This record gives sequence, C-alpha cells and structure tokens, in this order.
Amino acid sequence: MKKSVFAAAVVASFVASNIAKAEPQAEVLHWWTSGGEAKSVAVLQKEFADNGGTWTDMPVAGGGGDAAMTALRARVLSGNAPTAVQLKGPAIQEWYEEGVLADISAVAEEKGWDTVLPASIAGHMKCEGSWCAAPVNVHRVDWIWANADVLEANGIAMPNTWDEFNAAADKLQAAGVIPLAHGGQAWQDATVFEAVALGLGGPEFYQQALVDLDPAALQSDTMIAVFDQMRKLRGYVDGNFSGRDWNLATAMVMNGEAAFQIMGDWAKGEFLAAGKAPGEDFLCSSTPGNGYLYVVDSFAMFDVDGDDKKAGQNLLADLIMGPNFQEVFNLNKGSIPARTDVALDKFESCAHTSAADMAASSDEGSLLPSYAHGMALRGAQAGAITDVVTAHFNSDMSSADAVKMLADAVANSL
Amino acid sequence: MTEWLERHVPKMVLAPSFVAVLIFVYGFIFWTAWVSFTRSKLMPRYEIKGFIQYERLFASPRWDTAMDNLFIFGTLFIGISMILGLFLAILLDQKIRAEGALRTIYLYPMALSMIVTGTAWKWIMNPGLGIEATVRSWGFESFTFNWITDPKMAIYAVVVAAVWQASGFVMALFLAGLRSVDEEIIKAAQVDGIPTWRIYSAIIIPSMAPIFLSAFIVLAHLAIKSFDLVIALTGGGPGYATDLPATYMYAMAFSRGDIGQAASSAMVMMGVVFAIVVPYLYSELRAKHD
Repeated sequence: MKKSVFAAAVVASFVASNIAKAEPQAEVLHWWTSGGEAKSVAVLQKEFADNGGTWTDMPVAGGGGDAAMTALRARVLSGNAPTAVQLKGPAIQEWYEEGVLADISAVAEEKGWDTVLPASIAGHMKCEGSWCAAPVNVHRVDWIWANADVLEANGIAMPNTWDEFNAAADKLQAAGVIPLAHGGQAWQDATVFEAVALGLGGPEFYQQALVDLDPAALQSDTMIAVFDQMRKLRGYVDGNFSGRDWNLATAMVMNGEAAFQIMGDWAKGEFLAAGKAPGEDFLCSSTPGNGYLYVVDSFAMFDVDGDDKKAGQNLLADLIMGPNFQEVFNLNKGSIPARTDVALDKFESCAHTSAADMAASSDEGSLLPSYAHGMALRGAQAGAITDVVTAHFNSDMSSADAVKMLADAVANSL
Repeated sequence: MTEWLERHVPKMVLAPSFVAVLIFVYGFIFWTAWVSFTRSKLMPRYEIKGFIQYERLFASPRWDTAMDNLFIFGTLFIGISMILGLFLAILLDQKIRAEGALRTIYLYPMALSMIVTGTAWKWIMNPGLGIEATVRSWGFESFTFNWITDPKMAIYAVVVAAVWQASGFVMALFLAGLRSVDEEIIKAAQVDGIPTWRIYSAIIIPSMAPIFLSAFIVLAHLAIKSFDLVIALTGGGPGYATDLPATYMYAMAFSRGDIGQAASSAMVMMGVVFAIVVPYLYSELRAKHD
C-alpha cells in the first residue's frame, strides 16, 4: 500500500511539473517472451497500469533480439520510435549517436540513481553525461556450475585456479564423467573464452584486450595462454557438443552426466526450475580468477513526441528503477537487482554471492562488462572476436595462429 | 475504342507490377549497391566512402570460408542432384509398375521446407542420437559418422541433406524430359539392335539439353540463396565452418549492426548469380534469334 501511495505521488509530481492532465503512455519494445522473462515483464506492465498509465506491449521474439532490432530500425527510420526499447551496453551509445535517444536525467537525478548504481553500470546508462537508459538487472557471466554429487563422489572441490580445474577435469575424465558440459554455439564458446581470459589474465588484461582492444594485449603471451586453455577445455567436452543449446548442457550437469558448466546465471533458473537446491544438488561459484563480468539488461528511452508519451517515459523509467520492480523482476529472472540498496532476503545463496562480489569488485575496479554478451564492444568488433574464438575452438588451429588472426580480425572490424 | 483498349489494356494491367518490380527489385539493388560504398553501421548512411567495405570483406577469413563453402556446396549439390536425379528418372522410365506411387515418394522431400529438412537431418546425423548411435548400438562400436560435428566435414553434411531434398525434384524434371523424346526415334534405334545404354547416352540424353540447363539454373539459384537449411542444420557451425554467403550477410546486417559490410557481401553474391544467369539468358536469347 505504501508503495503505491509513493508511486502515485511520483505520478502526481510529473503531472504537476511537466504536463497538464496527459495520461502516461508507453510503447515498449522487448524480446522477453519466454516463461520467466514474460512473467517478469508482466510485473512491470501491471505496475505501469496501476499508476494510471497505458502500456502498449510490442514483444518481438526471435534471434536473441535480432528480430526486435530489425523492427526497431524500421520504426526509427519511419520516424515513429517506441517509447522504450530493451537495449544493452554499447548498443545504447550506438543509437544515441544516431540522435534518437531521449534525456531522462530529470527522473534519474531526482531519484538519485547515481548513488544506488555501481559506477561502471551507471556509465552504460549515460549518453555523454545525461541519462538515456534505465537498468533492470545484473547477470553475472563468469559462473561455474557443478553437480554436487559428482564432485563429492570423485573427491573434488570447486576449483579456484584454472590448474585446479584442469586437474579436476582430468580426474573426472578418467572416472568416465564428462568434465565440462558445453554447447558448441559461437556465443557459448565466447562465454567460456571471456571467463578464461579474465581468469588467466586478470581484470587489467581483460580491460585492455576485450574492452579497449589494445593490439599489444590482443597479441600478448597471456592471450596465447588463454587460447591454450581453450584448447584444453575442448578436450574436456564430449564429442557431441556441436550446436547443443545451453540449457541442454545445463541438464547434463543436473543429471550427473557432466560435472561442470561455465555459463551465466540464467543457468541457475534451469536448476531451480528442476527443483534443485543451491549448495546441495548443485554448486555455484565464480570461475577461477578475480573479477566480475556483468550483463545489464536495460531499457533505452527513445525520443517521442507528445506530453502523454513523455510522461509515460518518465513514469516507466522511475518504475524500472523502483526497488519493488527490481526485486520481483530479478526473482523471476534469476539475476540480481542493478540497484545496490535492494534487500536480498528473498534471493537464494548464489544471488547473495553475486551481489557481494559485485559490490567488492566495483570497489576494486574489477567490475567489467561481458564482451560475449554485447556489453563491452559494438556488434562488429565483438562478432569479429567471437569468429576467431569459435574457429579456434572448433578446429586444430594453434594458439599462435589464433592470436594473430584475432588481431587481424579486430583491426579489420574497426 | 475497342481497338485502343485491346492495344492498351495489357499495358495498363501490367504497369503496376512493372512499377513494383522496378522499385522493389531494381531500386533496392541500386540502394544496396550505394550502401555498400558507405560506412553504414547500425543505420544506413549515405556518404560514399569508396571501396572500404569490399576491402574489409575480402580481408575477412569468415567470408573466405563462406565463399569456399559456396563453391564446395554448389558444385556437389548441383552435380550429385543432377546425376542422382537422372539415374532415378531413367530407372522410373523403364515402364515399371506403381510408377506414380514411386514418383510421389521421391518427389515428397521437395514438399518439405528446408527448415524441416535441416532439423530432421540434424537429429539423423547427430552422433549421439542418430545414425552413429544406432549403428553402434547394433554392436559396431568403432563406427563413426560425425560429419556434422567435424568442422572439415560439416559442409558435406549440408550437401547430403540438400541433395536428399532436391534430387526428387530433378528426377521429375528429367522424367518429363525423357518422356518428351520422340518414341519413333527410340523404336527405330531398338529395331536397329542398339543396346539400351547407347540409346540413352547417344540419343535421349543429348536431346534433353534444355532440361539440363533448366535443372542447372534451378539448382544453382537454390545453392546460392540457401540459408534456411544451414541455419536449421548446423547454425553455421561448428564455429563458422558451414557459413555460406547468405548466412554471412544475415549475421552482418541483423546481428552485428554492420549494414555496409552486409551490403557489400550482398553485391558480391549478386555478382555470382549474374555470372551464372547472364550466360544462360544470352544463350536463350541467341537461340530465339537463330
């Protein structure tokens, strides 16, 4: 009750300050259409309606957002952009450069977003200093998931270094268990790659190589070591991994066919949906090494005409960042709130680890954007790196060749 | 008046579709060509920047793989489909019983969409579930058929599925061709005691040259534009080992926000199609003039 009074007050303040009796309207383009995601977005929809707004839903499924981006392009080209669009990372800046994003600094500053968001995540939401997007959640990518029974039966603890991981994997392989459940899709190869790069090279190397694209770092001996480790991991996956979906790989860990999986925390949703308990049936820890790779889903606000739409935009931005939505949404989605001041009582232990690590790594500057999930680089550069990673992983290419190819591909994509 | 109408109605009826084709085919070819000379990224931009996109394209190892794959896939797909189709057609041509039923069975794959073909063959060729697992469960433990997961062989797995889909259609084309050859000539040859294989190789097949050309053109454009089969069967993988120009273009345009690059690859694809179609049109037109 208190919350809706608060929200009503927010609406009232917009009504009073910006507009005269326009009803907030928002058309929201997103691709959260499956199971838990759809449920999550419905929460926002309901809150929006409860605050007197009219929500026009525009879900475009398919291609991991590719279809939605095509729809967005068509809408922007015809001069009729949606109010808010599910976008993340550098894509926000790319659209800003096309000159079509709105400024929601008024809401953000009034609500003090700067004080409740980690600095590096806030950075993604700003376009040349003004706020242009609202973050929804934080997914951590560098997780390693394990089947607790399999580890116990083989006398293995969660690895803290990649050497430990390799030793554990050799042992498991000898015991006839698939050490690493993996799906041979380019983005999954890239997910493992960035976890290895962060683990072996450390946060600074990761920043230089995969965020700043420093040619020296891309061609360094560390990068060769990263590819060497990728080659080792290739030996730990089963022969049938090509094209396998990530959730099938998760299922392999669940039923004890495989021991580990390296995957973002959306894998946790699969475990929980199957009724497995964290800490008992499955274990979660960050991949060996130091740092935190995040994916932040967010809504970018597009320039719209009309007071009702502008009011809708401001209301939407405020609700997205509201503590209530941040909690409910992330409970459904398996991620953690982007706001650091949301109580995590209802979340399970892996989410607590994630939140604690996020705070710690934010303080020491190792809170880094995931390249594999489109947070660190623009599409063309990230794609060029993924091409090399997946080509190396799926062939017998030497690490030295891979590093050379990597540097060439990155240079060619700029 | 009626004479005027007779003369102009066809033109007026054709005009809308003519205009539509002019805009939506040739207009957009021109648009794509223009964009391929720009540095368009997320959205099209129109300042000409020279050949930069083509330089990037030809420097990209992934594009090399895609073009190599197109060559391998195109050659094998067209070649095997034609040989197999001709062979099946000749067998069916022997005035056998239940020809209609057999013809339908062979033609059926064509009724499926490439997505269905790709998905079905993905499971059939999956080493853990399909042929390999089945044969192993019969006791042949060392049997391997893992083309689809082997980056060097995966493109041949695509060929297998594509041939399965298209050879029945080629068979139907050839069967029609075989039936159109004048019975009298064949009977005359049989009276002269010429063996059947000679009748086929020296009389029937040479007189079917136009059918060969049609089959070739149909298969060639299927090969160049094939996209859905690869997406469903391998998703372009393992790695990008089964990428084709069409999947490359899609990835650039829709996943990576690199429209200029996508446009340049589209132009190269169009060049490949022209290289095949123009000689065909030329020979057709010349044949009419003669």
